[in-house]
Amino acid sequence: MKFKLRIWRQPNTLIKGRFEEYEVDDVGPDESFLEMLDMLNEQLIANGGEPVAFDHDCREGICGMCGIMINGVAHGPKAATTACQLHMRHFKDGDVIVVEPWRAKAFPVIKDLVVERAALDRIIQAGGYISASTGSAPDANSIPVPKPVADTAMDAAACIGCGACVAACPNSSAMLFTAAKVGHLNVLPQGQAERFDRAVLMVDEMEAEGFGGCTNIGECAAVCPKEIGLDFIAMLNREYLRGKLKGAGSRNA
Amino acid sequence: MQAAALYRTSIGKKAIMAVSGVIWIGYVVMHMYGNLKAFLGEAAFNHYAEGLREMGAPIFGHLHLLTVARILFVVSIVLHVWAALSLTQQARQARPQNYATRRVVQANYASVTMRYGGVVILLFLLLHLMQLTWGVSAVHGEFIPGEPYHNLVTNFQSLPVTLVYLVAVVALGLHLFHGTWSMFQTLGFNNERMDRLIRGLAWALAILVPVGFASVPIAVQLGILS
Repeated sequence: MKFKLRIWRQPNTLIKGRFEEYEVDDVGPDESFLEMLDMLNEQLIANGGEPVAFDHDCREGICGMCGIMINGVAHGPKAATTACQLHMRHFKDGDVIVVEPWRAKAFPVIKDLVVERAALDRIIQAGGYISASTGSAPDANSIPVPKPVADTAMDAAACIGCGACVAACPNSSAMLFTAAKVGHLNVLPQGQAERFDRAVLMVDEMEAEGFGGCTNIGECAAVCPKEIGLDFIAMLNREYLRGKLKGAGSRNA
Repeated sequence: MQAAALYRTSIGKKAIMAVSGVIWIGYVVMHMYGNLKAFLGEAAFNHYAEGLREMGAPIFGHLHLLTVARILFVVSIVLHVWAALSLTQQARQARPQNYATRRVVQANYASVTMRYGGVVILLFLLLHLMQLTWGVSAVHGEFIPGEPYHNLVTNFQSLPVTLVYLVAVVALGLHLFHGTWSMFQTLGFNNERMDRLIRGLAWALAILVPVGFASVPIAVQLGILS
């Protein structure tokens, strides 16, 4: 298969970027999108050019490192799939493919397609943990957790923090990410003690990072490779509003 | 106090939008229902319009409760628009550089046009007040204070006025479709079980309110009301 690529090239955060056009030939239909970019980079290196920088790690769809806009859709056209697990058979031979980095003020471009996602880490640092000494691993079922609750927590915990929700949101909102990170702890018994502090501190950090607000349109959930649903955003709104009314979240003040 | 600082956060602003929105949903539903009294004839419609001024009698006097309601609606719409402007500005700042290519994956038309629809509805609201409440002669030459049925009929005998009205009620329907569902989501009442019920309510409002409103000017145009 042959593709024409329009890729965003930007040497660093300070220098303005622009699109460059490339062609890759002899791409196998079972190659992943990132393997296709590897082929392009080998070609660029062989010709003495600068390879395209992009984030990747596990290439199994579980680490959350990869993340690029492919033809205007975060992680590309296939639902519930990271860019590394997207295969070229989902494109047509001869397609023009536009590749851009995530765009958000909170995600500055480091180089080409690589963006800085530390803002998401700082949201977790603000309260996405349980501050109790845990000791050694407890016996299974020593704390009873009903199965539906455990399932809900697991659904939220599936978030890999790739940032596709922010990238796809017209408001650059990080609500789905924050909702997942609050939700997976707030539904479990272990998370109850800091429940409202967590919601308030994490949302306040999210606001401070310069993300936009949520308009409930659902593009985040539609591109989420882990299919995290909008229910978690409703839950986050509830936890946050209740927390604020209770005066929670002041421990960092 | 921390709760008072809610208005500075995006979720707080959205909660303000939701609460002021539900007040206006109540208003448009009652207004639409009241308008349908035009089909009961001139006397019934004028009696209803006059009755609004006596709302709450005998506990409340002439215009008392109506004035309270008017203040509530004005405050609500000011807060609603303020929150919308503030959140729009936050969203603009959150993405200084836009995408060269962007495709909407699933969002419905109503949800991505809330801001534009809101502007259309606000502009229409001003026109509507000028035509049928204040009776500004430049937009409604035959306005007679205290004769609401006459004012309504003469207003909608103009085809352009009717067409503008129909566009506005369609915009209102779209705004209600996303707004109703969004309100429950924002206030945290939505979940998997509630979702179908809330979507159903959004559909019902988005269809019944515009159809109810549109029926009156269409009836005037067809000569059913005269």
